[in-house]
Amino acid sequence: MAKIKLKPKARKGVITIKALIKHPMETGLRKKKGKLVPANHIDHIVISHNGNKFVDADIGSSVSKDPYFKFKVAGAKGDTIELKYKDNLGKTGSMTKKSK
Amino acid sequence: MKRRLFLKSAMAGSAVATAVGAGLLTPSVVFAASEKFKGLSSTVVSGAAGAGAGSFKFKAPKIAENGAVVPVEVDASKMNGVSNIAFLVKENNTPLAASFNLTGAVGFVSTRIKMGKTSDVVAIVTANDSMTKVTKNIKVTIGGCGG
Repeated sequence: MAKIKLKPKARKGVITIKALIKHPMETGLRKKKGKLVPANHIDHIVISHNGNKFVDADIGSSVSKDPYFKFKVAGAKGDTIELKYKDNLGKTGSMTKKSK
Repeated sequence: MKRRLFLKSAMAGSAVATAVGAGLLTPSVVFAASEKFKGLSSTVVSGAAGAGAGSFKFKAPKIAENGAVVPVEVDASKMNGVSNIAFLVKENNTPLAASFNLTGAVGFVSTRIKMGKTSDVVAIVTANDSMTKVTKNIKVTIGGCGG
């Protein structure tokens, strides 16, 4: 359901990864018409570089809607970057891109 | 009112700490809400005396016009062995915004966080098992005009 934008770009031996995940990121505290909106946020993100996990992030509900992340890892053009996420409802999503 | 005063003094104190560049002030325990954060903050307190406190760059706006989207960035690429980067928003219901465990990655994380109101934001970098932190106060002026 969710859309993921993943842009790894290699430069001078370092890959900069920009990731944008479309997700409502509801905290479970906001009210709409007097009723609490149930929590729905990403709580885990894993990013791998050529199959090796290098980022393992615990995300709280206080990360913005449609979260944006930027990471850097040593690597070269053509390396594979994979992003996986899991939200508190158990939904998962993933995206694989080759570095430019 | 007392609480308000205390918050103000705590903020002023942390600003001084940032200026000095040392993690002298550790009132984070007071604001602890979630178990996760409690654990983390107590580790911060014990690790605050660690060497090289706050020797990384923490980029954040002074005034956030929209508290729902506050860009924050930690650049610790000059430090070796960075294993974790975490963001804490003290005034939020769950202060721990995000914790990034890095293995082999460059010590650099940029993301966007939500803030309910004006608060101190703490960036914590763990490198070689020692924690260092930089605190910044971010003003949220939602609904106002820049006050």
